Amino acid sequence: MPVKVQQEDFDVGAEIAAFRRADPGIGAIASFIGLVRDVNEGDAIAGMSLEHYPGMTEKALAGIIDEAKQRWDIIDALVIHRVGALKPLDQIVLVVVSGAHRGATFAACEFIMDYLKTRAPFWKKEQTAQGARWVEARASDDQAAERWNQD
Amino acid sequence: MSIRILYFGRLREEMGIAGEMFELTGDVGDVQSLRARLAARGGSSATAFDPGKAVRVSVNQDLARNNTPIKAGDEIAFFPPVSGG
Repeated sequence: MPVKVQQEDFDVGAEIAAFRRADPGIGAIASFIGLVRDVNEGDAIAGMSLEHYPGMTEKALAGIIDEAKQRWDIIDALVIHRVGALKPLDQIVLVVVSGAHRGATFAACEFIMDYLKTRAPFWKKEQTAQGARWVEARASDDQAAERWNQD
Repeated sequence: MSIRILYFGRLREEMGIAGEMFELTGDVGDVQSLRARLAARGGSSATAFDPGKAVRVSVNQDLARNNTPIKAGDEIAFFPPVSGG
C-alpha cells in the first residue's frame, strides 16, 4: 500500500501505469486528483503552503488505506500528497485504487479522500491579497467522512 | 518523566515554537489535564489553547481524545482541524 508525501509534482499517467502493471488480476482502476484553485471563500488565491506532521502523516494514510481494504474488495491503493509551496493549477493529491471490478474501486477511492480530508495531518496556509491565512476545516468535509459510518 | 509536545499550523505560530519537552506531574494523566496545564501557563499558551478555538490532538501519532491517557515518553501533538487534500 504505497504512500508518498513529497514536495515534487507527480505524473498521473506514470503512477497509474506502474500501479496497474503490478497485478494482472486488476480489472478496474479509479483515481482522484486534487488541484490548487485560484479562488477560495471568495478571495483570489496567489498560492499556498502545505504543512504536515512527518511520521504521523504516513501512518494515518496507511491506516486509511488499510481500512478501505477491510471495507471493500479492492486489490491495492496508492496515495501521493504534496507538501510545501504550491500555486493555482498545481496538483496536490492523487488517490488510485485498483480492483477486479469498478464498484469497489469507485467507493474505496471516495472513502480514502473523505477520510484523508478529515484525518490526515495536513494544514494549508493560503496567500491572498490581504495576506496569508490558515485554511479552516469545512463542516461539509466532516459530513462527507461521517456518511461512511451510517447504517 | 517527560513527554515531547509538538505544535502544527496555527498552534505552532501562536506558540512561537514547533515543540517542547514537558515534565509530567501527578496532576497530568490525560489529554484534557495536559491541555488545562498548558493553557494555565498564560501568554502564548493561553492564546493557542483558548477554549474558543478548535484544537485537535494526537498521542504517539494517533488521533486522540480528551480522555486519552498520557504517560512518560509519549509524543503529543496539538494542531487545528486538518485541511489537506
